[in-house]
Amino acid sequence: MTAYILRRLLATIPVMVVVAVFVFFLLRLAPGDPAAIIAGEDATAEQIAAVRGKLGLDRPILEQFVVWVAGMLQGDFGTSIFSNLPVGRLILQRLEPTVSLTLSTLLVAVCFAIPLGVLAAWKARRLVDRLVMGFAVMGFAMPVFLVGYVLIYVFAVRLGWLPVQGYRPLAEGLWPWAECLILPSLALGITYMALIARITRASMLEVLAQDYIRTADSKGLATRRVLLLHALKNASVPIVTVIGIGIALLISGVVITETVFNIPGLGRLTVDAVLKRDYPIVQGLIIVFAAAKVLVNLVIDISYVFLDPRIRY
Amino acid sequence: MHPRARISWPRLGLALAACLAAAMATGTPANAQQKVLRAVLHADVRVLDPIWTTQTIANIHGMLVYDTLFGNDAGMQPKPQMVDTYDITEDKLVYTFTLRDKLKFHDGSPVTTKDVVASLERWGKKDGVGIRLFSFVDKLEAVDDKTFRMTLKKPYGMVLESLGKTNSSVAVIMRAQDAATDPQQQVKEAIGSGPFKFAKDEWVPGSKAVYVKNADYPSRPSSEKAESFAGSKFPGVDRIELVWISDPQTAMSALINGEIDFYENPNIDFYPILEKARGVKLMRTGTLDSTHGMIRLNHLHPPFNNVKGRQAMYYLINQENFLRAIVGDPKYYRICHGLITCGSPLGNDGGSHWFKEYNPKKALQLLKEAGYNGEPITVLAATDHATITPATQVLIQAMREAGINVDAQSMDWGSVVSRRAKKEPPAQGGWNIFVTTTGGVGSANPVLHTWLGAACDKGLFGWPCDAEVEKLRSDYAFALKDEEKAKIARDLQTRAMEQVVYIPFGQWDQMLAYRADRLEGIVPNTGLVVLWNITKK
Repeated sequence: MTAYILRRLLATIPVMVVVAVFVFFLLRLAPGDPAAIIAGEDATAEQIAAVRGKLGLDRPILEQFVVWVAGMLQGDFGTSIFSNLPVGRLILQRLEPTVSLTLSTLLVAVCFAIPLGVLAAWKARRLVDRLVMGFAVMGFAMPVFLVGYVLIYVFAVRLGWLPVQGYRPLAEGLWPWAECLILPSLALGITYMALIARITRASMLEVLAQDYIRTADSKGLATRRVLLLHALKNASVPIVTVIGIGIALLISGVVITETVFNIPGLGRLTVDAVLKRDYPIVQGLIIVFAAAKVLVNLVIDISYVFLDPRIRY
Repeated sequence: MHPRARISWPRLGLALAACLAAAMATGTPANAQQKVLRAVLHADVRVLDPIWTTQTIANIHGMLVYDTLFGNDAGMQPKPQMVDTYDITEDKLVYTFTLRDKLKFHDGSPVTTKDVVASLERWGKKDGVGIRLFSFVDKLEAVDDKTFRMTLKKPYGMVLESLGKTNSSVAVIMRAQDAATDPQQQVKEAIGSGPFKFAKDEWVPGSKAVYVKNADYPSRPSSEKAESFAGSKFPGVDRIELVWISDPQTAMSALINGEIDFYENPNIDFYPILEKARGVKLMRTGTLDSTHGMIRLNHLHPPFNNVKGRQAMYYLINQENFLRAIVGDPKYYRICHGLITCGSPLGNDGGSHWFKEYNPKKALQLLKEAGYNGEPITVLAATDHATITPATQVLIQAMREAGINVDAQSMDWGSVVSRRAKKEPPAQGGWNIFVTTTGGVGSANPVLHTWLGAACDKGLFGWPCDAEVEKLRSDYAFALKDEEKAKIARDLQTRAMEQVVYIPFGQWDQMLAYRADRLEGIVPNTGLVVLWNITKK
């Protein structure tokens, strides 16, 4: 197992190199010029060129790439073109809100979706099943921003129970932190609830048709015990895979959620940096996202060993 | 019976409630007793140096942290701020200024004329108006720590207006060591002598910028009426938090819910909702309309390198169509057939006859006479701008109606800003037309209104080239009497319209929204929001 983990970690190196090359050159190919944005509305072409020169953006692209990679190898992600602050610091500032939102969304999604999926499978083709699957279709169909606005209108503006927007760090207290995350987690979590509930149902239906489940039922085991201990555990591998994919999808989902609920996380940092053509930030973020995705995949693969003893690496 | 103890649900409930209460108690912010103004502005503070960039948000930041020698009032007349007294010689060649007492930077060091001279020199190398002013400056010197002198080569009539102007880069006063920074590079610290200190350690670019009250700020006397950037000026709250909410719907909801106190630029679509919201008020930002719409043609390439081709475009402009698409409610917009802001002291109708007729057929006929043979006209079409996007669509529709071959290139505003600087022909990555806006205050003065210039290669994108326009702008700068200025402004606008320096498509006003149940003392100002003097109940 240790050898497998080491092999997988080593395999991330070429992945990260490819990501670095792609992100750097694609950004340079995209239209837009940070110097023009910095110089402002009233700047002449000469003033823009002067700003470009001072930022080093007029140097050959290969030279810029080598400087960036050399910095990265020493743990330096570069400096934001606009704020003049280190990219590493900017990413760290935004990490907590995004991690909090991602984890709370997963928690909400898993806590609601798995019981709903199990229930739907147990009561397959009956009213409960149809209601759960109807909810799943709705969850897929409704865009996150729409759900977000509706939740804000009902629970924040009309009822005044929760804040409209913002984020409070965990260090300021559990409730201030949690109250800022309830609505965003629900808005973002609905899609994942739908996804996980559907997969749980499908996987459970397959397992519930197995002989050993019939045997367990025949020997008089309680339904709850059959469903949760015998069926759900054996149906868990596809569910965990989907949760893993969900984490990767969440990274893109938080962009919209963080915008609607004004959470200062990595998603908003990405959008703002792309719109402003703040190349060092975008490059740093893509590397972080790629590394996160690789690590999540690794954790999911390792978890299979514990969920299904037949799997060996 | 199993020996395990049974759960007591009431006890568990009480324990959970106690935990929750404890968690809520620990969440009380440390600054709960402070008067905090939470404001959402049109953009987030990303750049700390208001000279390095002309972004409006950097200037708003600059005006909180730094102080200025003069501040223009609502009538655009400069009034002393850091300056106590000043003297102008009869020949208008020597200006002597004396600074007020007790001016101190946020690090405790006194403001001296050494700082003033260094700051003005840096500004004079970067800002368009500053460059123009310094082209007439023979000598700028410190007489002593409190007095400095500016000697001109010839009597330039815009010295004080330039020092007090608020569009593009404001002439803020920095510490001499900061002002020694190359103007093409950003000053790293934000230590000024203004009414608020920048809390750099609390700055989260793209999310929040915090300013704390400068208790040492020597406020100008309350007897001086606060008006735009002139008159009484004091830090009215303990702390200002500029919160960046990029989604306008969320920002509006946050204001209605009381999570923010001040919203600089709510979407025009939201005005009816905000008008009805309890505790919220909408406010006009000044006496002038805040925004002025412009269609810029590229004078370097056909068909707009021919004046007839440019004039043809006037026949495609019905300002009402543009303004209805952008604003909708006539209460907030104004038809303006001039290049100098309508409603301002110099606003006039010179050249307005070009707008007398909307006639697409005639537009095409004139274009053909200018040599147009159906080649594609490249329009840079921004897709992500609240006002420029719909205005561009209205223009494209009018051009297509005339039978013009439009090559509408859709892109985000950042790409438009980048591409418009290209002088190459449209087929090689250049352009023919883009739409933009400018501020009503800057456009009210022929010298400060840089888009009105026609300085060829040295001018702004589109590069209009007309010696007569430049001469009239220069004449204005040296005019000393109001009647003379008004006549030059009219002649200038007439000539610029004839040469089609740009095509205006009207002007409109941006309201600000605030919690009237909490805030008092807002100083209305068009263009650059004023956040000092506001007190919180």
